[in-house]
Amino acid sequence: MRLTWLRTPLRIIAWMVYAALSLVIVYGVYRLIQFKGATYFFQALLDGLRLGFVYALIALGYTMVYGIVRLINFAHCDVFMVGAFSSYYAITSYGWGIVPAIILAMVVCIVLNIAIERMAYKPLRNAPRITALISAIGVSFFLEYFTALRFVFGADFLTYKRPFDVVVWNVLGLSISNITVIIVAVTLALLALLLYIINRTKVGKAMRATSQDATAARLMGIDIDRIITLTFGIGAALAGAAGVLYAIAFPQIWTFMGIMPGLKAFIAAVLGGIGNIAGAVLGSLLMGEIEVLTVSFVPFGSRIRDLVAFLVLIIVFLVKPTGILGEPQVEKV
Amino acid sequence: MSMPQARCLPTWLTTLVVAVAVFVIVTMLYARGIMTSYVYNVLQLACIAAISALGLNLVYGFNGQFSLGQIGFYAIGAYSSALITKEFTTYWSGAQFSTLSWLQAGMIGVVVILWAANRLHLRQLFSRLNKALAELRRMERTILVAVVVVLITLVLVAVGAALTWVLQLGISALLTALIPALPAAAAQSVLFFLALVTSAAFAALVAYLVGKPLLRLHSDYFGIATLGFAIVIYTILQNSDMVIATMKGARGMVEIPMWTSWPWVFGILFVLVVVMRNLVYSSHGRAIISVREDEVAARQMGINVPNAKVIAFAIGGFYAGMAGGLYAHLIGFLHPSTFDFVRGFDPLIIIVFGGLGSMTGTLVASGLFSLIIEGLRVVLPQGFEDWRFVIYPILLLAIILLRQKGLLGTHEWGWLQPPHVLLREVAVTGGNPQPPEVIP
Repeated sequence: MRLTWLRTPLRIIAWMVYAALSLVIVYGVYRLIQFKGATYFFQALLDGLRLGFVYALIALGYTMVYGIVRLINFAHCDVFMVGAFSSYYAITSYGWGIVPAIILAMVVCIVLNIAIERMAYKPLRNAPRITALISAIGVSFFLEYFTALRFVFGADFLTYKRPFDVVVWNVLGLSISNITVIIVAVTLALLALLLYIINRTKVGKAMRATSQDATAARLMGIDIDRIITLTFGIGAALAGAAGVLYAIAFPQIWTFMGIMPGLKAFIAAVLGGIGNIAGAVLGSLLMGEIEVLTVSFVPFGSRIRDLVAFLVLIIVFLVKPTGILGEPQVEKV
Repeated sequence: MSMPQARCLPTWLTTLVVAVAVFVIVTMLYARGIMTSYVYNVLQLACIAAISALGLNLVYGFNGQFSLGQIGFYAIGAYSSALITKEFTTYWSGAQFSTLSWLQAGMIGVVVILWAANRLHLRQLFSRLNKALAELRRMERTILVAVVVVLITLVLVAVGAALTWVLQLGISALLTALIPALPAAAAQSVLFFLALVTSAAFAALVAYLVGKPLLRLHSDYFGIATLGFAIVIYTILQNSDMVIATMKGARGMVEIPMWTSWPWVFGILFVLVVVMRNLVYSSHGRAIISVREDEVAARQMGINVPNAKVIAFAIGGFYAGMAGGLYAHLIGFLHPSTFDFVRGFDPLIIIVFGGLGSMTGTLVASGLFSLIIEGLRVVLPQGFEDWRFVIYPILLLAIILLRQKGLLGTHEWGWLQPPHVLLREVAVTGGNPQPPEVIP
């Protein structure tokens, strides 16, 4: 059946539909920007960027651990929480500045995460993968409820005292505070350090090799256990810094504060393609933007932002089943 | 060959005796006042957890699809059944069956749409359309096919909606005529049963619709997508008062009739275990298990892999929905935080705890799980209540570290064991080197 005689009318129909759709989309974007003014729109973009950078630091921990041991480390978000709390005590009790506080949080988190890895994940390395996941859930529960005890951190919301005064600059109608500057600067510095370690050092090479093929890496003389410990340590350091930055941006901390940002960051890592560092950053920035733009522009946005974030994830999955930058899975016989 | 089981009781009989004994003992203890109503409730909760976990065990244990979305179907079952019965008890006259009849008619409408879409062989139609339009540019072709898709969808939805509307009138009239004619107790039981089955079927239908596209994803990606589904459901429940006022959103749905009782819970658990066992050892069940073992090999053996996956997922959703319905009518109060994704790990913990792919393990583990969670509440001294969820993960970690394959591994007990015929076949092929165990 050749529809030669129908070719021209069909073409016209197709182009009309195409033009109509494009018009609707262009008009929609135009209305979005005009809705509350261009400044509002760009301010929202900026806030989304800020949130996305914090998510990126958490997401990197998830994605690196997943890349090496194929484990969804549910306890990661609680390590993030411990980072926020340790800096809280350093700042309120001892009057530390922001940089020492971040370093302290990083160190505490490294120690904690390596201890978790040794006690809860290492014995399960040869067990079915799901047992390590259950173990991670157990550790997560333990950290949340143990730190909520009265003699540890307590179950109440604490107000985080920033170790500096908030300054807001006005640039082209956008208000940029020094919080945003600190978050972006710290994240970019840590990201550069991470990229240096991974791409330019011998340890980084070993990490990449392990994530590609653990068995082959072991045969090449790489000490897998050391690499895994190191990965957990690096992930924890980033989570600790993220904990401080998150607490600076949203100064209310409690022991369950890790769950939602942790989940979002994890989803962001998956969105970008889990196991992929660039993917984690890209996914996190997208996630931050989606969240803030939903809150700013969608009716009832603050109530349905999680819904939108996850719908986006599911849609991305349907189009590209391993995330935006994920490598397609090869089915082996 | 001498059949060893000829000398001893058939396994179905021993298992039946144990089940009846458990039922009778609990009923007696409660009736005599030896068992407090607290313990009685905990037992019912354990059975409800077992139902939900059995469903997940089919999805993850037998079919190998890592799902974190069980809690979403649980929530769907709970809220929809609660809406049905609450409407019945609130308005004794007038539109007391509208939720029930709309839900049933709507489900039939959706099923008819799916059936019709399947019968139309849409994929073939589109590939032929693509071929016929080969002379056009790719984008033009895509747009035209999309227009056809939209038109067909619209027609199907219109037909389904019309059918739903007509059916709803019929079902509503039927229920209004029949149920008030019954004595009050019988009417309540019939309605409760209808509500449970309808809401569970609704959960299964949602599972089918969600699973159909998502089950193309592999292992962890599927798990994360289902986690996303669970959170979507949770967020919808948080804001449900914007759509249906009775659901009350984040304030929690109240005044749900508390109709769940031990006979209901135990009876439904019993029936569902029987169904699950017979399903797992049927040819469908073997198809489901083969997908877990090796997807490619299963496809080569002629098994419709996507179909096996989605069927297992929908049945898992049915079980979760049933458990949710029972839960709603046991507690009488529903709050979205009950269906938080953190609670969604519970069925997963139970099935890993009991041994993946072991029905006996699931049943035992859900009992133990409830015992630990509730037992800690009783055991811990005054002033140490906060320690409950500190000790629980420590116990969890200890058990997981000590028994990495779960309590029972893949072992089964009594009638839940694989039938002997199957075991011999497996033994011949070398899949299971152990000879069949005989319970003396």
